[in-house]
Amino acid sequence: MGAGRIWSNEKVARVAKQVVQLDRVVIRFAGDSGDGMQLTGDRFMSETASFGNDLSTLPDFPAEIRAPAGTLAGVSAFQLHFADHDITTPGDVPSVLVAMNPAALKANVKDLPRGADIIVNTDEFTPRNLAKVGYGANPLEDGSLDAYALHPIALTSMTVEALKSFDISKKDAERAKNMFALGLLCWLYHRPIESTLEFLKAKFAKKPDIMQANVAAFQAGWSFGETTEDFSVSYEIRPAEQPPGTYRNITGNLAVAYGLIAAGQLSGLDVFLGSYPITPASDILHELSKHKRFGVRTVQAEDEIAGIGAALGASFGGALGITTTSGPGVALKSETIGLAVSMELPLLIVDIQRGGPSTGLPTKTEQSDLLQAMFGRNGEAPVPIVAPRSPADCFHAAIEAARIALKYRTPVFLLSDGYLANGSEPWLIPSVDELPDLHVAFATEPNHDGEYWPYLRDPETLARPWAIPGTPGLEHRIGGIEKADGTGAISYDAANHDLMVRTRQAKVDGIARDIEPLEVDDPSGQARVLVLGWGSTYGPVSAGCERVRRKGLDVAHAHLRHLNPFPANTGEVLARYDKVLVPEMNLGQLNLLLRAKYLVDTIGYNQVRGLPFKAQELAEVIEDVITS
Amino acid sequence: MSESVDLGLPSLALVPKADAKQSAKEFKSDQEVRWCPGCGDYAILAAVQGFMPELGVKRENIVFVSGIGCSSRFPYYMNTYGMHSIHGRAPAIATGLSVSRPDLSVWVVTGDGDSLSIGGNHLIHALRRNVNLKILLFNNRIYGLTKGQYSPTSEPGKVTKSTPMGSVDTPFNPVSLALGAEATFVARTIDSDRKHLTAVLGAAAAHPGTALVEIYQNCNIFNDGAFDVLKDSDTSDDSLIRLRHGQPIRFGVDGAKGIASAADGSLQVVDVAEVGEDALLVHDSHAENPEIAFALSRLADTWTLANTPIGVFRDVTRPTYDALVADQLAQARAKQGPGDLADLIAGKDTWVVT
Repeated sequence: MGAGRIWSNEKVARVAKQVVQLDRVVIRFAGDSGDGMQLTGDRFMSETASFGNDLSTLPDFPAEIRAPAGTLAGVSAFQLHFADHDITTPGDVPSVLVAMNPAALKANVKDLPRGADIIVNTDEFTPRNLAKVGYGANPLEDGSLDAYALHPIALTSMTVEALKSFDISKKDAERAKNMFALGLLCWLYHRPIESTLEFLKAKFAKKPDIMQANVAAFQAGWSFGETTEDFSVSYEIRPAEQPPGTYRNITGNLAVAYGLIAAGQLSGLDVFLGSYPITPASDILHELSKHKRFGVRTVQAEDEIAGIGAALGASFGGALGITTTSGPGVALKSETIGLAVSMELPLLIVDIQRGGPSTGLPTKTEQSDLLQAMFGRNGEAPVPIVAPRSPADCFHAAIEAARIALKYRTPVFLLSDGYLANGSEPWLIPSVDELPDLHVAFATEPNHDGEYWPYLRDPETLARPWAIPGTPGLEHRIGGIEKADGTGAISYDAANHDLMVRTRQAKVDGIARDIEPLEVDDPSGQARVLVLGWGSTYGPVSAGCERVRRKGLDVAHAHLRHLNPFPANTGEVLARYDKVLVPEMNLGQLNLLLRAKYLVDTIGYNQVRGLPFKAQELAEVIEDVITS
Repeated sequence: MSESVDLGLPSLALVPKADAKQSAKEFKSDQEVRWCPGCGDYAILAAVQGFMPELGVKRENIVFVSGIGCSSRFPYYMNTYGMHSIHGRAPAIATGLSVSRPDLSVWVVTGDGDSLSIGGNHLIHALRRNVNLKILLFNNRIYGLTKGQYSPTSEPGKVTKSTPMGSVDTPFNPVSLALGAEATFVARTIDSDRKHLTAVLGAAAAHPGTALVEIYQNCNIFNDGAFDVLKDSDTSDDSLIRLRHGQPIRFGVDGAKGIASAADGSLQVVDVAEVGEDALLVHDSHAENPEIAFALSRLADTWTLANTPIGVFRDVTRPTYDALVADQLAQARAKQGPGDLADLIAGKDTWVVT
């Protein structure tokens, strides 16, 4: 185990142990916030992606940055589902739990099915740590885990032992225990290891001792799996069949950021982000701030209101103005969104929804801002809403939101959520040539008898012209006071106000003609029950429907990407089915809109636990609706 | 939307020059002006329209942004680009416009309620960032549009509809506030003194970065005569201190009074005949240290307006926010080249499925 040797799969022959084929596995890595569980999960994901399994991930971390060590509040977890077939969720229940301390075990064991594998770090199961989380007796010894396949491993001390020849501190050696665990899991599931070795080389390029120690710990974990009798079998999961092409893994927030940069490139407009840090949206601000060479300007504003104000000011000047936030931030931005509705300027409001109300659950997911996006303003202030369905779809949804904003001169909501933001999936990278052209023609000439009328609309889209400062002869003033139709001059006229309110509504309603119809997935064509979802529930709803179909039942699934306006055929689709089930991570917000607009007796299924739906529970609910 | 970077150039360096000499009339819009007859805003509007040709830049590259309040109707009357936005938010909106369009001359028109109450946060942050904005703060020490409530600059004890027993609030001194917020340019002037107002506008317009100009403005309906002591020839000599860069600070009838440093470091009013002109403070608006400017801002009496300095308190150069942002963009492009979208979205960790 020379410290300088770089280790690779080719150099390690496996001894003869039984290999079992599996079609899917769900692993949950859980430990203290400082144990590096997100990194461990991330590396395992990268190896799994490059191996060719389909996968889906769900990080789950505490709101506290550094909760007290060893406590339940400080447990950080990363769940990864990978399979030899197409999957859409990070998995309902883990088949394997890696618990780095008693708190991680206690917080997660209740989610495990009987027979699941539990790998625990016995070094952390000290009387003090057990007492900290309320274990009266050591669960590793009192028989309470007899229903599981328990693998007690002294991860910390074995790591330290493996690294004793290195000139590093005991603390640094202990810190490498997550790499030991990763190595063991890589052995257990036949993961390729190159990407992790590359990663460690790059990450610790300036600290060769630490780099070599981490590589050695990773290798020691792998070798431990190979030699220990505790693991008599290892598992293979064949690559999934996927459409050919080049793939990468991507989280929802990264995909939003890339989608926004793409929208700037596709429209030829400079991207301007005005934003205030807020969980779980801040990563988009961080990401966009890195890409100045694309002409992206980011202003970290003094508050949420200033963030959207600056974005709207930039839009007035001809930029693609964007603000990113979460629910509490949207509440603060409402008045400015109303101003954008009145001034009819393009603006993107990216809302990464989290648990509410008020501060709520900042790191958890929810779909409870739909009605806020729809109605959360004074006056009649319609705003189009686009909701991505998966992490990778955030890229395309961001481009679609920009398309609508630019074409119709309107603020648009992009409603993502914490689950999409931090979750990831493989993404077939699109060719830039296939992306839509978003180019905008600014007004350059007077449009009415030698004058410029800022509210003289395009008869088809009802969009007004966009004349930006610097254009001679088109000087004009706009604002939040009601404007006269056409001229845009201040008007308090009753009939004009009625006309303008109805026209702004008609403009947004008319977008229904310019979006894709609602598609229904009904493989048998015999379904009498439709499950209608929106946004991030796409994965669990698809998986739930699939389970129901495997039992021989018929069910149709449709998923709304446009929440305002709804696709033109929505009413017709709803009318086709005897029953319509609407699962949402809120108390029935889409359900309320559907019932109000289409007068259908839709059935809500609602959860607000801060976590995504489980496929199995949805399957049971769908089955109930079909058979009742 | 040029991205050329020129740290510390005068304010209008990146704004296209006018082809021909302009007139005040060209800056008047076709909208009927609808302030109350006798409002101080008329005088300010006329002064600004009269001053605009002196900028010498294309009219279409000038933008006025306002919030809400009587003064915020201002953009409608200027034949430039303009936005009448929402209460208090004009500095934030103008920040986005200015940062993304260095080829524009961006002006903010606001009032004491708009900028110091509901919009206080945006004002101080624009000032500390030094965004290339010219902020005209019309201070009439009252809420006019909502019909007469006290404002954050009203004197304590002010009896209004919302304070029938007198206001119990301590007011802001806008000049002190701006200096505390790291402002690079702070001035005060008066609506009725067109010559002084125009001169201050000129200094503000030339200043690269945020220029805050407090304009004492009479609301003849709800707070009439609030500044008369500074306007009436009988009293103004004794109350008004005209700051001139490089000049000893003198005021009063025949310049009999002056400002000098006291032993404790504060400023005091002195009798020039007694102390001699050499003992007087020489005004230095370019002093890096804002302490003396702040001391000058504290001379005025909140109630009587005695010893009220007008003119430019502070005018120092610091790189503008706009230029620093543009500089980072230029640096990123110089180092990494222009962005390639296909490379960006592919990233470094890909795999191929055949």
